[in-house]
Amino acid sequence: MPGTEATVVAMTTPGGGWLIAAAAWPVVAVLLAIVGGGRHAARIALASMPVGLAVAAAIAVRVLPEGESLVYLVGGWAPPLGIALRADALSAVMMLTTGVVIAGAGLFAYADFSPQPGEPETRTSLVFWTLLIAVWGAMNLVVMGRDLFNLYVALELLTFAAVPLVCLDGRAATLSAALRYLVFALLGSVLYLLGAVLLYGAYGTLDITLLAGRVQPEPAAWAAAALMTAGLLAKTALFPLHLWLPPAHAGAPPAASAVLSALVVKGSFILVIRLWFEVMPALWSVSATQLIAALGAAAILYGSVLALRQERLKLLIAYSTVAQIGYLFLMFPLAFDPATAQLQGGVALTGGLLQTVSHAFAKAGMFMAAGLIAAALGHDRVADLAGVARALPISVFAFGLAGLSLVGLPPSGGFVAKWLLLSAALSTGQWWWATVLVVGGLLTGGYVMLVLIRAMSASAVPIVPLKPVARSRETVALAMSFCAVLLGLLALGPIELPAFAVTTP
Amino acid sequence: MSTVTLFGLCAAVLIGLGLYGALTHPQPLRKLVAFNLLGSGIFLLFGVIARRGAWSTVGGDPVPQALVITGIVVAFAATALAVALLLRLFKESGEATLSPAARTHASPERHQP
Repeated sequence: MPGTEATVVAMTTPGGGWLIAAAAWPVVAVLLAIVGGGRHAARIALASMPVGLAVAAAIAVRVLPEGESLVYLVGGWAPPLGIALRADALSAVMMLTTGVVIAGAGLFAYADFSPQPGEPETRTSLVFWTLLIAVWGAMNLVVMGRDLFNLYVALELLTFAAVPLVCLDGRAATLSAALRYLVFALLGSVLYLLGAVLLYGAYGTLDITLLAGRVQPEPAAWAAAALMTAGLLAKTALFPLHLWLPPAHAGAPPAASAVLSALVVKGSFILVIRLWFEVMPALWSVSATQLIAALGAAAILYGSVLALRQERLKLLIAYSTVAQIGYLFLMFPLAFDPATAQLQGGVALTGGLLQTVSHAFAKAGMFMAAGLIAAALGHDRVADLAGVARALPISVFAFGLAGLSLVGLPPSGGFVAKWLLLSAALSTGQWWWATVLVVGGLLTGGYVMLVLIRAMSASAVPIVPLKPVARSRETVALAMSFCAVLLGLLALGPIELPAFAVTTP
Repeated sequence: MSTVTLFGLCAAVLIGLGLYGALTHPQPLRKLVAFNLLGSGIFLLFGVIARRGAWSTVGGDPVPQALVITGIVVAFAATALAVALLLRLFKESGEATLSPAARTHASPERHQP
C-alpha cells in the first residue's frame, strides 16, 4: 500500500467517484421501481442490473491488477469527523460476486415474479424486486464502508432487505422463520453497536484505519471485540447461533434463498474479517483463534450430519450452508502468526476468501436447481427424487457441479479454497484442522451423493413435470455452478493471489 | 458520584436488563421490548461518552449525538418491521409465538397431487 496512514485516509483517490456510483445506483433503482409499481418493477430492476455490473467491473479493473485501493471521502471531510469509503481487493471481489449472483437470481426469478399480461399487479412482485436491488446496494455499502457506525447502518439495511425476502409467500411458517431471523439479526446488530460505542469511547474514532493505529490490548478493546464478534457471528449464523438459518433459507422462494445463502450471511462475515485482520490484528491470542475455529469445526460436523439426515432437499441445502460457513472460520488460527502474535494475510486468508466466493456461486446454483426440481415435482422430498435426472438433466447437472465445489473436488473453486486451508494447516503444524477439513469433505460428499444417487436412479413411471421448466432458468442455475468451478481454474494459475491479501496499515 | 458515572451505571443496567429479557423471554413481543430497552441503554451510554469527551468550550462531543439520532431511526425501523411481521403472523396463524412446533413446519409444504 502506498504512503502512510495519513495519505490512505485523508484524500479521495482518482476513480473514487465509482464508489459513490456503487452506493447510489441501487437507491435510484429502488426508488424508480417503487414509482413504477408491481407492473414495471421487474423490468426496472433487470434494466438496472447491467449498470450495477458495470460499476462493479469498473471498480474491479482499477483495484485488482495493481492491488491499490480506491478511496472516497464523503463530502470531502476526512476521518475522524468524516466518513471514508474504500474499495480494496476484498471489496472488489465481493462486489463482483454480489453483482453476478444477484443478476443471476434476477434472471432466474423473472418467471416467478413478473406480472403476466391480463393479471392484476401483485405486491409480491414489487417487494421482491425492490428488495433484491436493496440487498445489492447494502452489500456494496458493507464491503466498502470504513466507518464502524456507517457499517452498522449498512448491516441493518442488509437485514431489513433480507428478512422480508424470507416470507414473500406470507404463510405462517415462513413468517415465523422471518421473525426468528429478525430477532437474531437485531440482537446481533445491537451487540455490534455496543462494541462500536465502546471503541469510540476508548479511542475517539470509528474509522477502521485510524482505530488500527490506536487500539491497545486492554479491557475496553477486549470487551468491544467480544461484543462485536458475537453480534456478527449471530448474523453470520455460525454454530451455535445458526438456529434461525435453516427454516429461513429453506422456506424462501428459490431465487431469494440463493441470494440469502450466497451473499447475505457473507456480509457480516466480511466485517468479522475487517474487525479481526484490520482493526485489531494484534489483539487476539492463540486461544481466541482456536476457539472461533472450534466453533467453525463444530458447524462443519453438525451441519453436515444434519444435512445428511434431512428429508427435504431445500432444508438439506440450508444445513449445508451452516456447514460451509464453518469452513470460513477455520482460517483464523491458520492466519495467526505466533512470531508477531497477530493475524496476517496469506495463504489461509486467501483460502478463506476463496471459500466465501466459491460457496456463494455453488450455493446459488444449488438453490436454483433445487427450486426448479421442486417446481417440476411439486415436492422436494429427497427420498422421492428418482427419475429427476431424466426429466431435468440440466438442473441435476447444475446441482452436481455445485456439489463438486462444496465437497472440494478439483478443479473447482472449493477445491482450491480447501486445499489452501489444508496446506496452511499442515505448514503451521495444526493437523487437527486438517482432520476437520477432510472429515467435513467426506460428509459433504455423502449428502451430495445421496441426492445425486436418488436423482439418477430409474423410476417406475417417467416423471412428467407439473409445469414446464424453462431451459433458460436451468441455464442460469448451471451458469452459477460453472462460476464456482471456473474459479478453481482461475485460481490454479497464480496460487498466491496477492491481491486477495488484506493489508494492515 | 458524578452525573456522568450515574448515567453510565444507568446505561449499564438498561443494557443488562435488555439483554436478559431478549435472551430469556420466549414471546417475540417481549423480546422486541427488551431489544428496545437494550438499544436505549446503548444510546444512553453513547450520550455519556459524548459528555465525558466534551471539550472545555462545548458541552458535549457532537459526533455521538449525531450517531445516536441515526441509531434511533434505525431501531425504530427495526421495531416497525418486527411488529409488522408479528401482526401478520398473528393474522395467519392465530398466535404470536416462535414455538418450536411452528419452526419444524418451515419447509415448503407442498402435497403430491
